[in-house]
Amino acid sequence: MTPRFSLLLFVMAGLVVAFVPLPVPPIAPQERTFRIEAGQFAYSPSELKVNPGDTVTIQLVSTDVVHGLYVDGYDISIEADPGQTATLTFTAGKAGSFRFRCNVTCGAMHPFMIGKLNVGSNNWLYRSIGVALLAVVGVTLSLKQKT
Amino acid sequence: MAKIVLTRNPFIKNALKSRYPQLAVFIVMLVGYIFAILAGLIGTPVGSHNFSIVFVWIAWWAILILVAVPFFGRGWCAVCPIPLPGEWLQRGAILAPPDKKPKWLNLRVPKMFRNIWLQNISFLLLALFSSVLLTTPNITGIVLAAMLFAAIGLSTVFERRAFCRYLCPVGGFIGLYSQTAPIELRIKDKQVCVTCEGKPCYNGSSAGYGCPWDVFPGGLTKNTYCGLCMECIRTCPHDNIAVNLRPFSADLAKPSTRMDEAFKAFIMLGSAMIYAGVLLGPWGTLKDAAYNVGSSAWFVYAIIFLAIIFVILPGFFTLGILNTKNVLPLKQRFASLSTALIPLGLMFWVAFSLSFVLTNASYILAALSDPLGLGWNLFGTATTAWQPMLTTVLAPAQTLVLVGALIWSARTAQKAANEVKVSSIPVIVYSLIVTSIMLWLLL
Ligand code: SF4
Ligand code: SF4
Ligand code: SF4
Ligand SMILES: [Cu+2]
Repeated sequence: MTPRFSLLLFVMAGLVVAFVPLPVPPIAPQERTFRIEAGQFAYSPSELKVNPGDTVTIQLVSTDVVHGLYVDGYDISIEADPGQTATLTFTAGKAGSFRFRCNVTCGAMHPFMIGKLNVGSNNWLYRSIGVALLAVVGVTLSLKQKT
Repeated sequence: MAKIVLTRNPFIKNALKSRYPQLAVFIVMLVGYIFAILAGLIGTPVGSHNFSIVFVWIAWWAILILVAVPFFGRGWCAVCPIPLPGEWLQRGAILAPPDKKPKWLNLRVPKMFRNIWLQNISFLLLALFSSVLLTTPNITGIVLAAMLFAAIGLSTVFERRAFCRYLCPVGGFIGLYSQTAPIELRIKDKQVCVTCEGKPCYNGSSAGYGCPWDVFPGGLTKNTYCGLCMECIRTCPHDNIAVNLRPFSADLAKPSTRMDEAFKAFIMLGSAMIYAGVLLGPWGTLKDAAYNVGSSAWFVYAIIFLAIIFVILPGFFTLGILNTKNVLPLKQRFASLSTALIPLGLMFWVAFSLSFVLTNASYILAALSDPLGLGWNLFGTATTAWQPMLTTVLAPAQTLVLVGALIWSARTAQKAANEVKVSSIPVIVYSLIVTSIMLWLLL
C-alpha cells in the first residue's frame, strides 16, 4: 500500500467511526420529572439521564439567590427566585450529552455552575475515543512503513 | 518544508525594526493593563460584569491561547505591558538607545534561579487559587498589580528582564508552547556571527539594547526564551537576523533534556485536565473545594492537584518508559520523551478554552460598554444578554482539536524516541489514555 492510500483508508475509517448512524433500539418515550435544587454554585442532582424523545419536566428550586438553568444545544432556559419553583417542560429530541448552566449572575463561581443532561448514551464521546484510537494506530503504522 | 524569510519583505522588516509601531502597541496595552487593575480594584465585585475579569480572563485569554501562542509563539511577549515600566526605569529611557552606564544594581541572576522552576511554582500558586482569581475582580486587580511591581522590582536589582525569564507565571508556558509555533527569530548565517566583533546583539550598542531576554541571538535554536522583542534586529550591524515562517513545532525535533521544562509540560497538561473537570464538570463539591481557599476541602483539593501533576501523571509516564532497554539515563529519556506532551498540552488548553470562551464571549460586549459595572452604556452594548455561542459545533470542534493533538503528539513522540533510540509506543499509548480522559471530561 502506498502511504497516501493508507492515509485515505484511515481518514475514511475515521469518518465511519465518527458519523455512521447506529441502529437505535426503539424505546417508548416517557414523561420524566426532575426536581433540581440550585444553590451557589451547583445543581443537585447535577446529572440527568433521559431517553431520546422523552418529555422532560424540570422543576427548578432555588435554595439561596436567584438562579437560572439554560440547556446548551436546546437553547431553552428558566429562572427560579429563592424559595420558588420554576418549571420547564421540553421534548428531548436531540440525543447526546449537553451541559446545562446557570444563566443568572448569582455570585463569583456563577460561570462555572454547570450540570449535565444526557439524552440517550453519550455516543459522541465513544465515537471520539474511537477516532482517537484509529488515529494513533494510523500514525504508528505509518512509521513502520517508513522504516 | 522550506522556511519563508518574512523579514525579506521590506515593509515587515521596517515595521519590526522601527521602535514606533511597537511603542504604539505598548502604550495601548499598558493603558489597558492599568485600566484592568483599576477596574478590578474599584469596579463592581461581580466578575462577569467587570472589565478586569472579562477582558483578562475571557478576551485576553482567548486571544493568547487560541491565536497568539499557537501561531505566533512568544508574539504576546513582544507586546506585553507587564515588564515595560521596569524596563524603562532600568534603561532610564523609553526610546533612546543607551548612552550611559546602567544606574541600577544590574546584578546577574544567581545560577540556581536560572531555570524555569520559579515560573513553574508561580504558575502553580496562581493555579491553586484560580477559581477565586478567575471570578473575583479584586483579586485579579491585585495579582495584575503585583506582577507589574514584581517586574519593576526585579528590573532595579537584576540586569535585563529577570521577571520575564525567571518569574512570570505566564511566560513559562508561553515559552514552552512557543516551540510549536510556525514563527521564529533566528540568525541567517552562523559564519557572520563567528567573526562579528563585540556581539552587539547581546552586549548592546548605540543602535539598541543587548538582548533583554539574556539570550545570545547568534546561538538561538529554539523559541523558548526569545521574547521576540526585536532588539537584535535593531542592533545587529550585519543585518544577520531574520524572522521566519516555518513548519509547526520545528523546535521539537531536537528534544530538550531539561527537567524544569519537562515538568512544565506535565504541569500544563495536568492543569488543563483538572480545570476541565473542576470548572466545566458537573461536580459541585469539586467547585466548592477549589473556591473556598483555606478551607480543609481546599487543602485536600490542593494536595490532589499537586499529586496529579507531580506524582500521578509523571509517575505513569515513567512506568511506561521504564522498560525500554536503553543505555541512556532514565532522566534524559524522561525529559526527551516528555516533548510529546508539549503539543498535546497546548491543544488540551485550546479544547478547554474553546468551551469556556464560546460560552462567555457575550460578556465582552456588555463589559465594553460598562467596564466597571456602574451602569454606564458607552457604546450601547451594555445590555447585551448572555448567550453562549456555537454550542452545537463545540463538541465536534473539541474532538477535532484533541484528535489532532494526539496525532501531533504521536509524531513528536516518534521523533523524540528516535533521538534517544527507544520505542515510541509507550509514550503514544500514554498520550492516547490522557486524551481519552480529556475527551471524557469535556464531552
Ligand atoms: S514573560 Fe510574562 S511579563 Fe514577560 S513579556 Fe512574557 S507574558 Fe509579559
Ligand atoms: S550582532 Fe549580528 S552578526 Fe553579530 S553576533 Fe549578533 S547576530 Fe551575529
Ligand atoms: S533581542 Fe533578539 S533574541 Fe533577544 S529576545 Fe529580543 S528578539 Fe529575541
Ligand atoms: Cu448563576
